[in-house]
Amino acid sequence: MIKSNIKLVVLSFLLLISFRPLQSAEMVDPIKVDWSFKGLTGTFDRASLQRGFQVYKEVCASCHSMQYLSYRNLGEPGGPEFSEQEVKAIAASFEIEDGPDSQGEMFTRPGKPSDKFKSPYPNIQAATAANGGAYPPDMSVLVKARKGGANYIYSVLVGYEDPPPGVTLDDGVYYNKYMAGNKIKMPNNLMDGLVEYADGTESTVDQMARDVTTFLAWAAEPELEERHKTGVKVIIYLVLLTILVYLSMKKIWSRVDTEV
Amino acid sequence: MSEHEYTPKSKAGKWFNDRLPLLTLGAHLTDYPTPKNLNYWWTFGGILTFCLITQIVTGIVLAMHYVAHADLAFASVEHIMRDVNYGWLIRYIHSNGASMFFLAVYIHIFRSLFYGSYKSPREVIWIIGLMIYLLMMAAAFMGYVLPWGQMSFWGATVITNLFSAIPLVGDSITTWLWGAYSVDNPTLNRFFSLHYLIPFLILGLVVLHIWALHVPGNNNPVGIDIKKPSKDTVPFHPYITIKDAFALLVFMIIFAGFVFFTPNVLGHSDNYIPANPLVTPAHIVPEWYLLPFYAILRSVPDKLGGVILMFSAIFILFVLPWLDTSKVRSAVFRPIYRQFFWILVIDVLMLGYVGAMPAEGIYLVLARVGTIYYFLHFIVVMPVVGYLEKTDPIPMSISEPVLTGGAEPSLARKVNDKV
Repeated sequence: MIKSNIKLVVLSFLLLISFRPLQSAEMVDPIKVDWSFKGLTGTFDRASLQRGFQVYKEVCASCHSMQYLSYRNLGEPGGPEFSEQEVKAIAASFEIEDGPDSQGEMFTRPGKPSDKFKSPYPNIQAATAANGGAYPPDMSVLVKARKGGANYIYSVLVGYEDPPPGVTLDDGVYYNKYMAGNKIKMPNNLMDGLVEYADGTESTVDQMARDVTTFLAWAAEPELEERHKTGVKVIIYLVLLTILVYLSMKKIWSRVDTEV
Repeated sequence: MSEHEYTPKSKAGKWFNDRLPLLTLGAHLTDYPTPKNLNYWWTFGGILTFCLITQIVTGIVLAMHYVAHADLAFASVEHIMRDVNYGWLIRYIHSNGASMFFLAVYIHIFRSLFYGSYKSPREVIWIIGLMIYLLMMAAAFMGYVLPWGQMSFWGATVITNLFSAIPLVGDSITTWLWGAYSVDNPTLNRFFSLHYLIPFLILGLVVLHIWALHVPGNNNPVGIDIKKPSKDTVPFHPYITIKDAFALLVFMIIFAGFVFFTPNVLGHSDNYIPANPLVTPAHIVPEWYLLPFYAILRSVPDKLGGVILMFSAIFILFVLPWLDTSKVRSAVFRPIYRQFFWILVIDVLMLGYVGAMPAEGIYLVLARVGTIYYFLHFIVVMPVVGYLEKTDPIPMSISEPVLTGGAEPSLARKVNDKV
């Protein structure tokens, strides 16, 4: 009886939440991509992460910061897994401000793997001023900070279109099918052949969008692979223990005339 | 407290126990006669204890790495997620643990509502439980503020602003709560301090909750008083401990599922955007477990009225033992109340759902209907149904569930009360 009532409750609740408002006409659900990192055992595509880093470095990084990442992260397990030499070389290609030295002066030096990713602007105000009044958000946790996650980021990157007739856009504003309100201040920066991939992959807009989104997904959740792997082990352990405890329970309760 | 004398076997044990009877307490907890017919809805007490301990342990570790400062809090959380060994695991256990804690407490509360566990002689257990629930909400709300994301900041702003609805002194109280003229660094600092304090207050109340429980003993699905110890009871250990352990493990599997495979699904994506006092999110929503109350708050067009109604929705539960006029505890024997119980469950779920939606159009209508029904249930349905309902026959004991028709429930209780 209780069971059938619970069923009733669940059913009516499902009915309730299926009752959604009509989406406003211009909002479009993001494209669903079959990411390799989805699912219980999902992992990142190493090559895609490395290509994604290249897109980030050559395109995104001129406006977007990634202040919570360090260069060393690029060589850590579960990420792009660049070799130690590559990580050192990547870090060294940036001039990092350090100091003060013993004379009280700030100075610049080549980056080290322990340095955080260098930001393109000194602060949010400078970034906002340089980008027509729209702050290019820090991308460290961007995938987690947007409803729709990786699908949404990818969709926006490939969602630039000419505005439909009747829609006029101000200077420095672009039309994007997937952006909330359809207006975005980031121009469409991706065009076919924009970067020259080291592994020879053809750099179509779609390919670059996929790669850089994969890279951003890793940046937001660098623990994802370890989390998935540990999770599978934890669940298996818990299920086995649950079975043992269940059998013990049955045995103990067999002394009593009550079912458990 | 104990029904039997206990003498430690060893000399040292006896010496210590004479001075502090901890061993007697241990023996009492082990032998504690528990109704043998408790179903799995009764395992949530143990599960909740586990949740509290988990939150305290993970919270203490997080506090070692967290920085309660408006400029550094968000970055320190990212530091925990990226640089602290297994920091991501500890934080995800803590953040999902809050949700699991509330899931368990709601089941625990509705269990009590269904089986009449709040009724005499267990009113004090019920009231202490509600105080725990209130503190849990305060702790959870303040905890949600600590990462200093957009939802943290704006959630704190909305909730603290409720106090400004108090006539005359509202604004002064709000400023006093903030420690500033808006939600700012002093607010974050005191929320952290209180967030660390409250769990230990809860722990103290849990001890009282269990103590108060051990005076009359557990209610049970049949809802009748039972002789203790008797053939209707089993010792707490090993019978209940093993059953609680089994249920806890099942609960932990679900918990682990959230932590490892979808750790952010119960949170709001906006909370990964650093707090910005100049940008208001499109929809400010609290965590899911506060949504029914949020819906009640927003269903009233007047701010003060909404606040009063929201707090009433919780405080009405404190007088529930006296609103319920039925002499029969368990809804198993209450054919009419049982239907209303499930309507209440659906009503609260619906309120939770509309609490997450914008307060407009059909959602506002549903919120109002849901709010009215919520109060009707307690103020009208419970007293009236309890008075008019013809209950089903009640067994005299757990072991003898058969009873020849038209039992007088008070008779069964009288017989047992004398024991």
